Amino acid sequence: MSNLAILPILIPMLSGILLAFFNKNINLSRLLAKALTIGNLLYVSYLFIRVSQDGPIILETGDWAAPYGIVIVADLLSALLVLTTNIIALAAVWYAPYSLSKKQESHYFYTFFFLLITGVSGAFLTGDLFNLFVFFEVLLMASYALIVLGGEKVQLRESIKYVLINLFSSILFVTTVAFLYSVVGTVNMAHIAERVAEVDQRGILTTISILLFFVFGTKAALFPLFYWLPRPYSAPNPVVSALFGALLTKVGIYSILRVFTLMFPQQSTNTHELFLWIAGFTLVFGVIGALSTTNIKLIIAYNVIPAVGFMIMGIGINTETSVSGTVYYLVHDMIIKGALFLLVGAIVLLAGTANMKKISGFIHHYPLLGWLLFLSAFVLAGVPPFSGFIGKLLLLQGSFGADQIALSIIGLGCSLLILLSIIRIFIQVFWGEKDESYVPNKKLARQLTIPVSFLLFFSVALGIGAEFFYPTVEKISSYLMDPEQYINSVLRGNP
Amino acid sequence: MEIIMSILAGILFTAGIYNLLQKQLIRIIIGTGLLSHGAHLFILTMGGLTDGKPPILTDHDSHNYVDPLPQALILTSIVISFGVTSLLLVLAYRAAKENETDNMDQLRGNDYE
Repeated sequence: MSNLAILPILIPMLSGILLAFFNKNINLSRLLAKALTIGNLLYVSYLFIRVSQDGPIILETGDWAAPYGIVIVADLLSALLVLTTNIIALAAVWYAPYSLSKKQESHYFYTFFFLLITGVSGAFLTGDLFNLFVFFEVLLMASYALIVLGGEKVQLRESIKYVLINLFSSILFVTTVAFLYSVVGTVNMAHIAERVAEVDQRGILTTISILLFFVFGTKAALFPLFYWLPRPYSAPNPVVSALFGALLTKVGIYSILRVFTLMFPQQSTNTHELFLWIAGFTLVFGVIGALSTTNIKLIIAYNVIPAVGFMIMGIGINTETSVSGTVYYLVHDMIIKGALFLLVGAIVLLAGTANMKKISGFIHHYPLLGWLLFLSAFVLAGVPPFSGFIGKLLLLQGSFGADQIALSIIGLGCSLLILLSIIRIFIQVFWGEKDESYVPNKKLARQLTIPVSFLLFFSVALGIGAEFFYPTVEKISSYLMDPEQYINSVLRGNP
Repeated sequence: MEIIMSILAGILFTAGIYNLLQKQLIRIIIGTGLLSHGAHLFILTMGGLTDGKPPILTDHDSHNYVDPLPQALILTSIVISFGVTSLLLVLAYRAAKENETDNMDQLRGNDYE
């Protein structure tokens, strides 16, 4: 029964291995990839329902009792994030055949795609700090392969920077695990949490927690550490960018959320003050980046940064409302970033350029694409009926409640500028005179809009059905604010 | 012993970061190699460098073994960094060939490619 928890890691891993055998037969691998992704999505939905009914499912691998073996913990937060990951994976696998060249597809795209999903699901589900490092490497190795797939000049150039910064932060992660091991003598997260409360070494533990924050902040592209993100994210194929933008930085945010609610909750005064400053700067600098360029891919890539700022703001305030805001925003942002990268990728594929000054009057050729971009701009900025609104509302409620007036105003102002940055794309690309010389490719456009509409459907549903989703989010945040529950269910087996 | 090893790891980190900040690609990769050596040495040191037998159960007369967990962690980490380094070397080879330079300053490019 507890083996349920490891299947979201095993299914994509085995699918990746299976598809490596059929790389030359593109039709078969497309069909298999779609079938396996749908199967995995259905399974993960079942897991999510099970977890929300019966509480966390814990798997002690190899039957070794909790602090000695590796544990896989599927609690409500992990299950929710794995579910979101698989929704994005389904959209990506539908989009891939139309945006990738045959050569890229036959060079193991689907294998690396499934390995990326393996790494992300594993990072969400693991209950062991070193195992988290290993899953980070699994997803990073797959992402290295995906980012260079195709081997164009730009990709080769940007991927070097991407690999180097991630290699550096991984080395730092290992060093930090070594530090933590020398202080608490364990790598199991629940056991660390218990020992951290017992060991009376506040200074060194605060240092370690900030080092961990630095590591995950590099993965998540927080304020002083975001410089590596925009260009590598806009270099690869749109479907790869969408997977990166939707999943990779969010794994960093999830790790920060997990580490600072579970392991270091009591030293909150020092670290959380730092988070709030960083959140403010991340918001401002991300928005400045998004407004600074006319390359539409880069605009979306820069938009990843302020979203991360919003989430870190919720973690920094650290009340039940703000943490539930972070969780809501996390799910919302994974979906909308996936949709936006796919949308912009579609525009670039159809127009043949990423410079928005060179494109105009697209609404005459592709009305549906235009309205979808318009809708997603509203979702992203947080206009009421859509999902961005609820997350931001909770975050702002939390920050007003904690008397962080300045930060709330920065957040509101940045939302406006985020709206401006996407609407700029809409105005430049879709308004204007019809270009008669341009030959539209309506068939390709129709195929590319299907996965985008699929993702936007969830965004809209998440906003309109907030009444339905909010109790789950509230349950997650009260669970996160009480680390005893996690520790008890992992170490003592009583949920 | 721990102090000497920590200083050595510190020197490796310093040399690694110095090389990481250079312009030539191959020197950067050498830097990452030095950094991962430093990190692995550090895990070993932080696990404790007490005297003891290697962690292999042969006879049962002694209970004084060294901590086996850091060794397993290092082994995992070595293999991972080996994989990443080999990928990075091939990547650097291809990138240098394609872009006709291995100078990081010239690997910038413009906005619309």
